[in-house]
Amino acid sequence: MAVKLPIYMDNNATTPVDPRVLEAMLPYFTQKFGNAASRNHCFGWEAEDAVDKARQQCAALIHADAKEIIWTSGSTESNNLAIKGVAGMYADKGKHIITAMTEHKAVLDPCKRLQKEGFDVTYLQPGRDGVIYGEQLRQALRPDTILVSLMWANNEIGTLNEIAEIGRVCKEREVIFHTDATQAVGKVPIDVEAAGVDLLSSSGHKLYGPKGIGYLYVRRKRPRVRLTPILDGGGHERGMRSGTLNVTGIVGMGAACEIAGREMAVEGTRLKALRDKLEKGIVSGLEGHGVHVNGHPERRIPHTSNISFAWVEGESLMMAIKEVAVSSGSACTSASLEPSYVLKALGIGDELAHSSIRFGLGRFTTEEEVDYVIEHVVAGVKKLREMSPLYEMAQQGIDLSKVEWSAH
Amino acid sequence: MAYSEKIIEHYEHPRNVGSLPKDASNVGTGIVGAPECGDVMKLQIQVDEATGRIVDAKFKTFGCGSAIASSSLATEWLKGRTVDQALDIKNTDIVQELALPPVKIHCSVLAEDAIKAAIADYRQKQGGETVGEPQLHGNKIG
Repeated sequence: MAVKLPIYMDNNATTPVDPRVLEAMLPYFTQKFGNAASRNHCFGWEAEDAVDKARQQCAALIHADAKEIIWTSGSTESNNLAIKGVAGMYADKGKHIITAMTEHKAVLDPCKRLQKEGFDVTYLQPGRDGVIYGEQLRQALRPDTILVSLMWANNEIGTLNEIAEIGRVCKEREVIFHTDATQAVGKVPIDVEAAGVDLLSSSGHKLYGPKGIGYLYVRRKRPRVRLTPILDGGGHERGMRSGTLNVTGIVGMGAACEIAGREMAVEGTRLKALRDKLEKGIVSGLEGHGVHVNGHPERRIPHTSNISFAWVEGESLMMAIKEVAVSSGSACTSASLEPSYVLKALGIGDELAHSSIRFGLGRFTTEEEVDYVIEHVVAGVKKLREMSPLYEMAQQGIDLSKVEWSAH
Repeated sequence: MAYSEKIIEHYEHPRNVGSLPKDASNVGTGIVGAPECGDVMKLQIQVDEATGRIVDAKFKTFGCGSAIASSSLATEWLKGRTVDQALDIKNTDIVQELALPPVKIHCSVLAEDAIKAAIADYRQKQGGETVGEPQLHGNKIG
């Protein structure tokens, strides 16, 4: 059977809503449309019940208590609330924050804003494997450190940080630990107790739920974390996030978390096998020539692969596989004309950062799609290498790093 | 961002991909750009020394689709021109022909630079006659 085109292989950017999730949401648009804050009639109670159930579903997936889930519009808001909220509440204890160069912009930019307001931020740099380790954090901690923000899994390369060890170090030193777990929730097991996490960001649309909904997990015991809110208003969500609750989105996120909890183990095994097949197929199709899998080979979420193809520019490769939706770290795909800062932080070199493609498999990815992608990526890389002056020079034995290039 | 049909057409059917003998006295080679910037163009012209006309042009490009299309178009335009006429090709002509979006204008600039670098190289081989902008000479290789 011919594979259906186009193929979606960008599930780290977003995922389609699972039909079961949509099914759960639908009644809350038209029939059960109440405001969860309406305490005096059955429409409000019905909405509140749905929100409470979703809180349970989301909390269960990360081994938290339902009361610790604060609804937001998604991870960008969750990260902002966590970082600015801690900075606002605990500034009198210290003004030092630790994060990493490989974090998402939704963590880095709030940190940069706080720097302008007088906070001191340390940006840890990982090694080539992309992993931030507990020991590295330990050495960066200071007496005035009030917050550590380190992601569970990286959005570009899928690498998993040493979260449990990081959590342990933070507990020892009584520093609040926030983790942006957007790429990890529903993909790998998460236990906020075992990992010593105090704040955790999650987004619905990365796990087959709808866009525009997410939550911030806020620990209530040992320690009880307090946050200065960003939004002032009706005092919803324990006063941390005012605004009428997005009941349909919340119901969807709850259903998505419940499905993920049930199916994650089987799905992860299936996706890892497909991801590994994709990598092996591409590497062997190119005879291992100039193919680099970025990030840690094992410490990764199961469905993500980031590969650099030497001597080929990423955006032109995306054009060669135009029936496949993927992402690239190439500058040409970004508004800034800078290649991926995440790949640059790993020290792989700008050239290989320009040459990278992120493949994000997902719940609806089939083996036939993987076969199609292998075939077309290999053909596309070969075609572009024939067209590449860098490949020609490399074939002639010229060391590209010794060439005196004219920057422009 | 969506590409124009002409960019896609040049990308999918690039004209004149390949290399000419770079040591030949009637071949000029220009290499511009840098790998860390995400684009490198190599453009070569072969000149009929009797008539001064460009009889062949070849390119190889590491870069995005617009960079490949810009260099493909440049080689097409170079063939049949005299060396002097070749210098009339401006990046704005390439922008117009391919309908390059603003963010891709640097690709056309690079193509114009590659043309100038190739001609400078050719003229140098022919006896050191200089062209207008010596700072645009190509990279030194090996």
